[in-house]
Amino acid sequence: MGGPSDQILIDARDLVKIYRMGVIQVCALCGVSLQVQRGEMLAIMGASGSGKSTLLNILGCLDTPTRGEYYLDGIPVATMDDDQLAYVRGRKIGFVFQNFNLLPRATALENVELPLIYSGVPPRRRRALALAALEAVGLADRIHHRPNELSGGQQQRVAIARAIVNQPAIILADEPTGNLDSRSGEEIMAIFQRLNAERGITIILVTHEHDIARHARRIVRLADGRVVDDHPVSSPFHVVAAS
Amino acid sequence: MSLLESIRIALNALAVNKLRAALTMLGIIIGVGAVIALLSVGYGFEAYIIQQFSGLGSNLLFVFPGQLEPGSSPIRRVGQRVQPLTLGDAEAIADPFQVSGVVAVAAEYSRNGTIVRGNRELATYIIGAPPQYQSVRNFNLTLGEFISQEHVNARSRVAVLGAQPARRLFDADEYPIGQTVKLNDVPFRVIGVLAEKGGGPFGNQDNVVIIPISTAQTRLFRAPVVRGELAVSLIFIQAASQEVMDAVADQVTALLRERHRISFRDDDDFSIISQSDLIKVFGDFTAVFTIVLGAIAGISLVVGGIGIMNIMLVSVTERTREIGIRKAVGARRRDILLQFLVEAVVLALIGGALGIAFGYACSLLVAQLAGLNTIVRLEAILLATLFSAAVGLFFGIYPATRAAQLNPIDALRYE
Repeated sequence: MGGPSDQILIDARDLVKIYRMGVIQVCALCGVSLQVQRGEMLAIMGASGSGKSTLLNILGCLDTPTRGEYYLDGIPVATMDDDQLAYVRGRKIGFVFQNFNLLPRATALENVELPLIYSGVPPRRRRALALAALEAVGLADRIHHRPNELSGGQQQRVAIARAIVNQPAIILADEPTGNLDSRSGEEIMAIFQRLNAERGITIILVTHEHDIARHARRIVRLADGRVVDDHPVSSPFHVVAAS
Repeated sequence: MSLLESIRIALNALAVNKLRAALTMLGIIIGVGAVIALLSVGYGFEAYIIQQFSGLGSNLLFVFPGQLEPGSSPIRRVGQRVQPLTLGDAEAIADPFQVSGVVAVAAEYSRNGTIVRGNRELATYIIGAPPQYQSVRNFNLTLGEFISQEHVNARSRVAVLGAQPARRLFDADEYPIGQTVKLNDVPFRVIGVLAEKGGGPFGNQDNVVIIPISTAQTRLFRAPVVRGELAVSLIFIQAASQEVMDAVADQVTALLRERHRISFRDDDDFSIISQSDLIKVFGDFTAVFTIVLGAIAGISLVVGGIGIMNIMLVSVTERTREIGIRKAVGARRRDILLQFLVEAVVLALIGGALGIAFGYACSLLVAQLAGLNTIVRLEAILLATLFSAAVGLFFGIYPATRAAQLNPIDALRYE
């Protein structure tokens, strides 16, 4: 108990992902190793085509690597089948996407309840957990609004509520501020930092904006499917809670 | 994910596009409605036929000359002569020492003919009959009396009119009894009028004229003489009960074979058919009729099912991103499969329920318009319900499988 290995949440070794496009083989990831400690907040940066989306998909158990090993919270996920991956996604991982990816015809509350349906939480408890999650992102007064009745920043907060409602070990955010104005973007980053600091949720951001990456405590740079840089941020930029 | 949850999700999804759901259901509504309505017509027809045969009289056996075996063609064997049935045959059958379990025997000698009164003329069926004929055939009189033994003995020219000739030849204010009509140009005195009976297996039972059998055999027509006895067209035997009918038939067969001197190698030159045989033969026919009707209606159900598949495929494509989101937050393949399958089945079942109501209404309408007593049976409703659920399931499987197999990464990127 409490040994260093318990502190390692993500242990990816030598991940290789090869896409076949006709006869040509494209190497999207060419041997990426990454270790992330529990409670870390790191940003993955890289130009488009650098392999950061592929890495995120594999880390998020949406995809499996062609070669390499990946342990998430000690679970070897590299060799799992689709349904086992779905199980891991539903319990260990929360996703936040650039374009929010909310169900357009469901209310904020129903959107947040969605992961709980698939992990078999009974309706009454589901509602209570979803309400608590929406409260945590400051949307307790918007629970019956549909996505098109909410601003971009509010939609992304619903998405974050959905990501944390299953108490995941890790949140994977793919360009979470990409579709937001800078003020809303700052609010979202503040929420991430708070979740990281108060609940110890590990957060991995994928971004190409340096300003956003500076909110993390560690930045990993990818280029051409390889890690080219991995360094801590000396003084992470902290958002002062909006008054 | 529980089934209840799936049904809730399916209903929500259907509520989003109500018009589309309604149009999709319409195919199933029409299909199920057609099955219910056409089967009710078929069952009603079957019941009508059975009722008609029952109206013929109870526990009846019919003896026909020649082979009239249902199903086989009445081709006689080469070299075997068919002997007509005779009055002597009928009398022998009526003899309780030769055949037991018989209540009454009535032979008839009948031909097509015309009945004329003044300038009114009607083609009809002239039946020469003995007095027992009335009770055996279940005829009721509205006026006058039936043929009596005296009429038969005297070969009287008296006639009992069926309901139809009476109506056609006499005005409502005329009293037919005692009037004279001409049967095939021979004058007859009307002594009775039969009550309305409706159609029957041997044609219209109301367009008949009944005269004494002796008159028909010798005065109006010339019946052949076989073994010194006058021929008859048909013999009706009324058995004492339903249970003894087979025994009576066996005894009659043995008796007639002996009387007709048929050697053991040869087939009967007569046929004995019971009322239940006739009901069975016609019942088989009407059952086929019902099945054909049901099958035709079933085709429209299949077409409705293809409509469901079509819409479900569109729906899966439209909701690719939704599927991606659900998968990203932990939905397994079977969760997605179940969601779309339940949606298809719910569509089919709601359509089926409305279709039952629609079909029921249609069958009532047919009953009103055609005067046929249509019957909506529970098994038709169960069949239609099960079939529509099966259609939903079958035609939902392909779209649902496609949805379940979507790759979450591609699905999330889908625009």
